[in-house]
Order: sequence, then structure tokens, then C-alpha cells
Amino acid sequence: MSILTPDAPAQARSYSAYSRPFWQRVVMSREFVVIALLIAAIVYSRSSVEYFDGPQTMYYLFRDSASILLLALPMTAIIITGEIDLSVASTVALTSVCFGMLHVDGGLSVGVAAILAIGLGAVCGAVNGFLVAYVGLPSIAVTIGTMALFRGIGAGLLGTESRTGFPDSWTDLAKQRIVEDQPYPMILIPFVVLAIGFALLLHFSPFGRGVFEIGLNDEAATFTGVDVARTKAILFVLAGTVAGVVGIYTTLVTGVARAENSMGLELQVIAAVLLGGVSIFGGRGALHGVIAGVLLIGVIQRAMLLSGETVNIINIVIGVLLVLSVMSTSLLAPVRRLVAASKGARSSGRTSDSAGKRSLS
Amino acid sequence: MKLQNRRLSTLAAVTLVASLALTACGSDDEGGSGGSGGGDGTTVTFIPKNLGNPYFDTSNAGGEKAVDEFGGSYEEVGPAEGSPDGQVTYINTATQQGRNALVISANDPDALCDAIGEARDADIKVVTYDADTNPDCRDLFINQADSAGIAKVQVDMIAEQIGDKGEIAFLSAAANATNQNEWIKLMEEEIAANHPDIEVVDTVYGDDDDQTSFDRTAALLQSHPDLKGIISPTTVGIAAAARYLSTSDAKGKVALTGLGTPNQMREYVTDGTVTEFALWNPADLGYLAAYAAKALVDGDIEGEGDTFEAGDLGEYTVGPDNSVLLGEPFRFNADNIDEFDF
Repeated sequence: MSILTPDAPAQARSYSAYSRPFWQRVVMSREFVVIALLIAAIVYSRSSVEYFDGPQTMYYLFRDSASILLLALPMTAIIITGEIDLSVASTVALTSVCFGMLHVDGGLSVGVAAILAIGLGAVCGAVNGFLVAYVGLPSIAVTIGTMALFRGIGAGLLGTESRTGFPDSWTDLAKQRIVEDQPYPMILIPFVVLAIGFALLLHFSPFGRGVFEIGLNDEAATFTGVDVARTKAILFVLAGTVAGVVGIYTTLVTGVARAENSMGLELQVIAAVLLGGVSIFGGRGALHGVIAGVLLIGVIQRAMLLSGETVNIINIVIGVLLVLSVMSTSLLAPVRRLVAASKGARSSGRTSDSAGKRSLS
Repeated sequence: MKLQNRRLSTLAAVTLVASLALTACGSDDEGGSGGSGGGDGTTVTFIPKNLGNPYFDTSNAGGEKAVDEFGGSYEEVGPAEGSPDGQVTYINTATQQGRNALVISANDPDALCDAIGEARDADIKVVTYDADTNPDCRDLFINQADSAGIAKVQVDMIAEQIGDKGEIAFLSAAANATNQNEWIKLMEEEIAANHPDIEVVDTVYGDDDDQTSFDRTAALLQSHPDLKGIISPTTVGIAAAARYLSTSDAKGKVALTGLGTPNQMREYVTDGTVTEFALWNPADLGYLAAYAAKALVDGDIEGEGDTFEAGDLGEYTVGPDNSVLLGEPFRFNADNIDEFDF
């Protein structure tokens, strides 16, 4: 109860928002726009892009997007707190290198090497988390540093060499389909488990409410009993741990451990998270939008690749889409205000949205 | 209640997107196995290490010419940066499109093998050129040059330029560079066997660094005043040595040859510092790769010992490890250097 009390005025203020019927709240959200776009993109591609309805398309789509899907889960939570983690792709590379060296040079079994590598990912995340949450440094500066540091360590360990020779049973497992002739690769199982876990954590737990509250106003969060530092630290450790999992997946699916693995992946992850409706200022966002955002980018890439576009054109399209999606928040604000004004005094209290609340801090 | 409703809506939305994502893309069993490739002719996709690289622009122009000659359909795709992950995406895409053949310059000998394996399972022929993968994962490798040929052409050129007599030295890359050491060993053997009047007086190492190579060249000329020629079997070394020679008194007196690229060497060939240097012709490399892909698709060649026709280049035989040797390295001199841009 003590947590709910300070919440009460906020609820009263936005009461009208909750008075809309249930279906409206589901449909009239930014997340739903992304989902609608995703469906539109799939329908359009299936009907007019040659080979898109082929048997391999969705399999490759899931397999190529798996790393981004996985990394987007903790990234969503981190960005909702108003922080950012640019070092995830470097953590992926470092864990990939260490996994390869532990298995090939160290002679450890794949399972043991994987557990150690995931542990290393967690340590990487803990370094970020400690510096951001307890030392109080800005996360963008810390993770730019560790982005260079982690990949640098990986490159220092392996140089330009690579490690191969993982047992076929494992590399095949990484590429196998859950059901034969269906487009769902094995990696979707851990992803679905993690996605459910993160959805429960973020949207259905006190911890998750703390995450949103920190993003809206971390001082207020502190006063309502949220341990801001601990919450942030936990999220960075989770990001590192998931990056460790992705490092092993990347290594097994390509069969090669190299320090150049997943170069630039962090930006793809952040792009997908923002496209999925998460506010870069924190406090707003939902996992279903993010998952749809990742898949939307994946579908557009696949469709354009299949119709023979070059990587530059694809980047232009996705870049424009991203800018539009970020702009849409500010473009929609005046529209909302107009709508609110036309409804009269009943909605007068609703003009302050996340950006407005943010300015209170 | 309100709070629960909000939770409910989020839960509903999460389930909704999960189910959509998984079902909207289901129904996978429909035909479309690809393989026919769409047109009448052979469809060939070139995947260079990266796009916008003059070397590959030249070689793939050769490939396109060959594909046009045999009436196939040519396509060039590739990553913007030279990464194996990027190439994998394009190999997968070509697999889906059911192209007949892929011609790839591999960014990593191992990382592409799985994707190539999937392509070959879909009955696509895979030829590597310029940079090979592991021999067991592709159908054929077009080798631009073998060590013996590279060694011989450089000795021949220096012998012609200094009148088959006098002191020469090597300006190599790093002291432990595998390729360079092998070539230098072969060149020494060739000189000992066929050019008794040529004496190798020194081998210096420029570490494939422009300034180091430049300084080593200067030192070489000082310590060996009677030096007649320098062989630099590395593109960085020959360009740095040419830069030094072009401004020194030794210009025109000390011959310089080796392995270089036309764009780096054009200036020094034009001003007379360098008479002739060698490398393979990338355009021929792409041309041969395209014809080899065509021969594989048509079933004309299957393994070692089989022969095929490669248009203007004539007949080729598949050698050990399923590789085809392009032939003698190509000599670049004032007469032909302006035809190349890489």
C-alpha cells in the first residue's frame, strides 16, 4: 500500500485515459502502430516480393534477427530507465572469443565453456552497472568506453585469428528448426522463455514499475521506495548476461569465434527498440512493440534484399523509418492536445505526457 | 481494478504480437523450391569481399562480360564492409532466389562454410575466387596465381631490366610473412638455377609499412652502391621504393620491379622510375570465374582433371583441391597501365 499512495494523484490526473474502453487502449497505442506496420509489411512482401513466400525466408529472418531480438529485451528495460548500453555488441564479441578459446584452446566442453562465457558476460554487465549506478557516471559515456574496452580485450586475446572446430552436434543445434519444415529455428525457444521472463519482470512486477518510474522521474522513484541504483545495476547485469548468450549463439551459428563478430550490432538493437515505441527519454515503452520493431526491420531488410536492393538503399529506408518513428512522438503531441481540447475540460489534465513529466525532474 | 485492467491490456498485447509474429509467417510448406532461377540463361551472383572496392569492380566487370557472352544473367551483391556476417546474408538470399551459381571472394575461410553448404544443398554451384574458403566447402577455387609463377615472373622481369647481370636485393614485407618468404626462396632458387650472373646481396624488411619500406630502400642503396635492381614482392614495398627512387639520383639506374597495383604505380611507370611490374589481371580472374561457374552448372566439370572452355582465355583444367589456376601473372607497363583502374 505504501507504494500505491504517492501513485494516487498521478492516477487521478490521468483518469480519463483509463476510461477508454479496453480495445481502444490496446489498439490506439504506438506499439499497435508498429504491429500494424509489421503485418502490412509481411502481407505486402508476400504478395509482391518474389521469393518472399519461399520456405527459407522466415527461417532466415528469425535466425538473423535472433541476436537483435534477444539483446532488445534488456535494452528495452535499460532505455526505459533513461539509460543506454552501447557495449552489448562488444560484450557479444568478447564472450564469443572467450567461448571459442575456452573450448578450442582450453579443451573445456561446450557446456562448461558456455556457462563460463555467460558468466563473463554478466561480469561485463556488472562493470557497466557499477560505474553507472553506484559511481553515478552517465551511461552513454561509460558504455562508449566499455564498448571499445570489451572488443579491445577480445581483439587482444585473438588478434585477427579466429577459432573454429566446434562440435557439429552443437553448431547444428544452433541452426536446427524446432519442428522440421517449419520456419522456427531453435533459438526461438530461449528467446520466448526470456521474452516471457522480461515481460513479467517489466510489465507485471514491482521491479518493472520501478523501472518505469525511474525513467519518468528518478528522484520521485527514490522517494517512493525504489532502489534506483540497484535497479539500474541489475538491468546492466541482465544485459551483459543476455549478451553472453548471444555471443555463444553467434559463435555456434557461424561456427567461428572472432573479435569482429557482431560489429555494429548495438546500434541495430537500439534502432529496433526505438522503432518499437520506447522513448529515448525513458519512462515509456512496451516489449511487444519492441519485438514487432525488430521483426519489422528484419522483414523490410529481407524483402529488399530479395528484390535486389543494395545495402545502402536498405539503410536509407530503415534510417528514414526510424527518424519518422522518433519524430512521431512530437508530431502527435499537438494532435493529441487538439483532440483533448475538443473534448473539453474532462481531459484538460492530460496534456502532460511523458516528456512533460520528465521536465518535472 | 483499473490497475488490473492495464495489466490485462498489456498482457493481451504481448500475447497478440507473439502469436502474430509466429503465425503471420507460418504456412511454410508451399512449393517454391527455387532452382529454376527464373530466366533462360544461367544466373550467376558475384559476392565480392565488399562493394565499392576498385579491385573487385575490375574483376566483377570481367565476370559480367563473361556472363553476357554466354547469355546468362549477372548480379553483383555484397556487404558495404568486408565482413563474413554480411556475406552470409547475401549467400542466404541467393539461396532463396535459387540462383544457379555463386562466385564469392571469402572474407573468412570458415565463417561462410555453413551458408555455402546450405546453398549447395539447394543445388547451387559455388565458386570462390581471389580468397578461398576451406577446400571442402566450395565446388571450385579460381586461384589467381601460384607461388612458382609469381617467383618466376619477377625474376624474369628483373633479368630483362638489368641485362641478366649484377647485384640485386629484395625488399620484403615482414620477416615472418609466409607468402613473401616462400616467394623469395623460390626466386633465389630460380636465380641460382637459370641466372648465374645475378647475385642476391641483401634481403630487407619494410614490414608492409610505407615509411619503413621507404627508409629501408634508402639504406639499401647506401650500403650497396653497385646495386642494379630491387625486387619487392609486396604492393606496399614496391610503391614506397618507387617513391624513394623517383626523387633520388638512382632513378633510372636502379631497376625496380615486383608485385604492385596499377593505381599505386601509375605515377612511377609514367615518369620512368619503374619499367614493368606484375600482378594478376583481376578482370581475367572474374571472367574465368564466371565461365567456371557456367561449366559447373552445365555439368561439364565435376572434379580434378576435367577441362572447360573459358571464352577468350581458352581452355582450363581443374587442378588439385578442385582449384583452377588463372595462369601466368600479368605484367603491367607503360603500354597497358592506363587500361586498369584498381
